[in-house]
Amino acid sequence: MTTDTLPAQTAKVPRLVEQFEQGLAAPICLTWELTYACNLACVHCLSSSGRRDPRELTTAECKEVIDTLERMQVFYVNIGGGEPTVRPDFWELVDYATAHHVGVKFSTNGIKIDSEVAQRLAGSDYVDVQISLDGATAEVNDAVRGAGSYATALRAMANLKAAGFRGFKLSVVITRHNVGQLDDFKALADSYGAQLRLTRLRPSGRGADTWHELHPTAEQQRQLYDWLVARGEQVLTGDSFFHLAPYGGALTGLNLCGAGRVVCLIDPVGDVYACPFAIHEEFLAGSVRQPGGFAAVWRDAELFAELRSPTSGGACQSCQFFDSCRGGCMAAKFFTGLPLDGPDPECVQGYGARALQTVDTSATPRPALDHSHRGAGHGKPVPVSIGPRPVGPPQMPARECDENPLAGLVRPGASGPPEAPGRIGPLIQRT
Amino acid sequence: MSTEPQFDLDRPWRLDDRVAVRPEPFGALLYHFGTRRLSFLKNATVLTVVQSLAEHPTARSACTAAGVGDRALPAYRRALATLAESQMIKERA
Repeated sequence: MTTDTLPAQTAKVPRLVEQFEQGLAAPICLTWELTYACNLACVHCLSSSGRRDPRELTTAECKEVIDTLERMQVFYVNIGGGEPTVRPDFWELVDYATAHHVGVKFSTNGIKIDSEVAQRLAGSDYVDVQISLDGATAEVNDAVRGAGSYATALRAMANLKAAGFRGFKLSVVITRHNVGQLDDFKALADSYGAQLRLTRLRPSGRGADTWHELHPTAEQQRQLYDWLVARGEQVLTGDSFFHLAPYGGALTGLNLCGAGRVVCLIDPVGDVYACPFAIHEEFLAGSVRQPGGFAAVWRDAELFAELRSPTSGGACQSCQFFDSCRGGCMAAKFFTGLPLDGPDPECVQGYGARALQTVDTSATPRPALDHSHRGAGHGKPVPVSIGPRPVGPPQMPARECDENPLAGLVRPGASGPPEAPGRIGPLIQRT
Repeated sequence: MSTEPQFDLDRPWRLDDRVAVRPEPFGALLYHFGTRRLSFLKNATVLTVVQSLAEHPTARSACTAAGVGDRALPAYRRALATLAESQMIKERA
């Protein structure tokens, strides 16, 4: 056979994004929460972590999962928790994964990243580290993540820097109180040789209780969007902010909900959910403990088949911006009580805010599991009252980010911006 | 407009040792463990080219063997240039 016409001209193949909507042979972006145990009690914890679950996967079961991921060619996993490094077998599992060609990026509050660990991490190509920090100052951070957590994170970052670990991630969940610190976060990351990563606050886990107070206001969302456009070139976003695309064009990333299509979550007890922000029986696809393991869940789960089938767009279908936001985040809608085929609660057109006014908040879905610490001082929302600072004006278009595996993809829909020539060719696409 | 990327079709090339290839219905996913970057190959032909680079004296001959005709060759050259730029493929010594 000769391929004498350009693939783009033959146009027989559906667009990449449309193919992604139908799901892939294996996830691209797999999150694996190794434990619900955590030394912190962040008020927005998406997995309501705190206490270890007695049914947690054993070391042997974790290794079986890794074997499966190797067979499925899942190139890397995003390991989180809880605080994954408090598992006694954490380093053993990291070594096992990398020895089996499954790269590891793990999220941590930094508690175990002493200088010895940092040196070990710096020596591995196959391990990446993401330090969580939700304020550029101790005041803002500790109000959400707990007293002392800022110092812990900065100590870990200093150890990584001293060990020569370049390009580790500084990961920030954007809230009403830190959205004014974007330049400070960037400067902080730069000073440690780290890369800044900004993600969206979801009303998941304990976040369901704090989202209404913590999520950025409409005005702040605009500030965030403008900042990402102006300064986001080297900033990772985990494809978090595609609901902001109607402000003026897609940010880098896939710009569609990847749940069950290219993304999923394995929780500490081996349950498989459609995405990390959807720990609820509604989005439970199966368990790695069932016959066939994770591969069978990914391939055969009814829920995933549903998520991979075409959707109507519901109430959003007639909106002129539907092609750019695709209705936004499924989990954000679900946990705020909004219909899944309606607007995102943070819809930039304001449809979500209006819809929220009609929601019976006493009937919104509750997260299925709660491993929060019990007792005084643990797991209770901390009042926060720090105002935002203004951010600078937009200057130049955003560029691809290289952290999310789907980054660099163009958004679906004919009305969107054209595929950037030179960056995204007809034959390959790069992140 | 974008400038034509540099890529010498008449040199020998190969996949980097740290790159894994996962075939998919649309083509393939490439992942580089060193740079932690992904690329998407958008059809089966470019996948064949990339996977057979090491067996051919030049990238051009890999393209020809995969059935890439003269008119399509510039697009494949651009694709290979992008892959070289992101260290997915490298010149053989």
